[in-house]
Amino acid sequence: MPVRMAETKIGLDGVRHVARLARLELDAEQEARLQHDLSAILEYIEKLNELDLGGVEPTAQVGEAGTPMRDDVVTNQPAAEAALANAPAREGFWFKVPKIIE
Amino acid sequence: MNNELFRLTISQAQAALRRREFSAVELTRACLERISAVEPKLNAFLTVAESEALIQAAAADRRLANGAPALCGIPIGIKDIFATRGMRTTCASRILENFVPPFDATVVARLREAGAVFPGKLNMDEFAMGSSTENSAFGPTRNPYDLARVPGGSSGGSAAAVAADECLAALGTDTGGSIRQPAALCGVVGIKPTYSRVSRYGVVAFASSLDQVGPLTKTVRDSAIMMRALAGVDPRDSTCSARPVPDYEAALNGEIKNLRIGVPKEFFVEGMQPVVDSAVRAALKRLEADGAAVGEISLPHSQYAVATYYLIATAEASANLARYDGVRYGLRAEADDLSELYGRTRAQGFGPEVKRRIMLGTFALSSGYYDAYYLKAQRVRTLIRRDFEAAFGACDVIVTPTSPTTAFRLGEKTQDPLQMYLSDIFTISVNLAGLPALSMPCGYDGNGLPIGLQIIGPAFGEGVILRVADALERSAPVPRRRPAAV
Repeated sequence: MPVRMAETKIGLDGVRHVARLARLELDAEQEARLQHDLSAILEYIEKLNELDLGGVEPTAQVGEAGTPMRDDVVTNQPAAEAALANAPAREGFWFKVPKIIE
Repeated sequence: MNNELFRLTISQAQAALRRREFSAVELTRACLERISAVEPKLNAFLTVAESEALIQAAAADRRLANGAPALCGIPIGIKDIFATRGMRTTCASRILENFVPPFDATVVARLREAGAVFPGKLNMDEFAMGSSTENSAFGPTRNPYDLARVPGGSSGGSAAAVAADECLAALGTDTGGSIRQPAALCGVVGIKPTYSRVSRYGVVAFASSLDQVGPLTKTVRDSAIMMRALAGVDPRDSTCSARPVPDYEAALNGEIKNLRIGVPKEFFVEGMQPVVDSAVRAALKRLEADGAAVGEISLPHSQYAVATYYLIATAEASANLARYDGVRYGLRAEADDLSELYGRTRAQGFGPEVKRRIMLGTFALSSGYYDAYYLKAQRVRTLIRRDFEAAFGACDVIVTPTSPTTAFRLGEKTQDPLQMYLSDIFTISVNLAGLPALSMPCGYDGNGLPIGLQIIGPAFGEGVILRVADALERSAPVPRRRPAAV
């Protein structure tokens, strides 16, 4: 489907680079669509440039729990058989994947 | 016997079950029959667990015979984002289409312990990313007030199922409005608790600094009952607060005299339907008549909330969704090597909106862009948080519309992601600040569609929010209207 071009905030090369980082295979149509959508969203996000953020600390987390530590004890939960029950491929008690190293 | 048991609230059913006016099995059967009758129109459920629910109900009847726990025999629908032991949990995604968790989410375990019955798992936007439930890989849910319209999202199945009386209450999650906006569009009550109030163990993660779990119910009292059952510390979720959980229901005394209600001038914006504006203002008049003091406040940075949210939420999502790699569970695509396996599995498993957000989040975190996008958004988040801190110096709760419009039509916003994002303009800043907020019906538009009103409280202010909501429910000029389309 042809898409109306917003002002280009990210090029096709940029889209392909980000897709590689995100481990997403895209076809040409999806690349074009994402270039359009991301450009439009990034254009809207430029609104944040109106603000003077000098001296403003970033907020990474709200909440009050902090980072409590728990005792480092083995629970073996879920059990191996339960953990493997959803595996797309297995061999014995292992997850099976294509060969990684030649 | 009453043949419309499915219409009951939790509070009504609790009392009647204890008096043994009917059995938990009869109540569950009524809900299951209701589900069979309306599901062809609504598609609110992804899984209906008829035989499991009847087994749970029979167990509840045995417990009811000797001093039953709070939710004994109450049918509660579960958004399909919660892990349910032995019951398929898809997150409305192809990538988890056949995933059967080996454990229960903490909140699911708590409901089980409290005697609840689970009729099934509810539809949603894929990975909770959306505002209309149109992003479900298994087809959209319809609004029970008008089948041509969306129920909102992402907890659209939860809101539609409660509105249509398929279950007495439902569990939802809210990252930017995903409980409150569908509650508004379907005319039910939905509360997003304070960040850290409810455990998220076993909830499929979307944006970890924003996600919260909460109930959708028919009445405010039912939300208070559910909150008591859900909230509280969990050793399996280190972000969960250890604060004691109050008896929220006991605080519903209708007393709001001299309570200060702030109305942010920025929230009555262009693009809002006049009927939404007037319904919220009429509700404020009723609160004033009950003795509350209504005054204008300012949240000057709220206009930046949507932009801030779509950087922070997508950045966190891109990290959280990295786990779907086709190795340990979920879909796996055919591939010759591991990197091809990752790329192809994720290409086949994720829908367009999930891909869009993973891409945006990966971009915002990528080398060369991190400071200009992600870090900047975190700084703006500080300003939004401070706006609320300042506002709560001058008022006890804040009242706004939940969403600028009533339910929109299917397909109306699917081609324009930004327009879809803007339907959460009033809910998003609350997640960024980590605060509790509730949506409840406050009237109907000319087409009979429900209008939602939002009440925001300070951190851990669920009690005062529920008290105000209950007062508003008591003074409602017309009772809740049943959905016309089912």
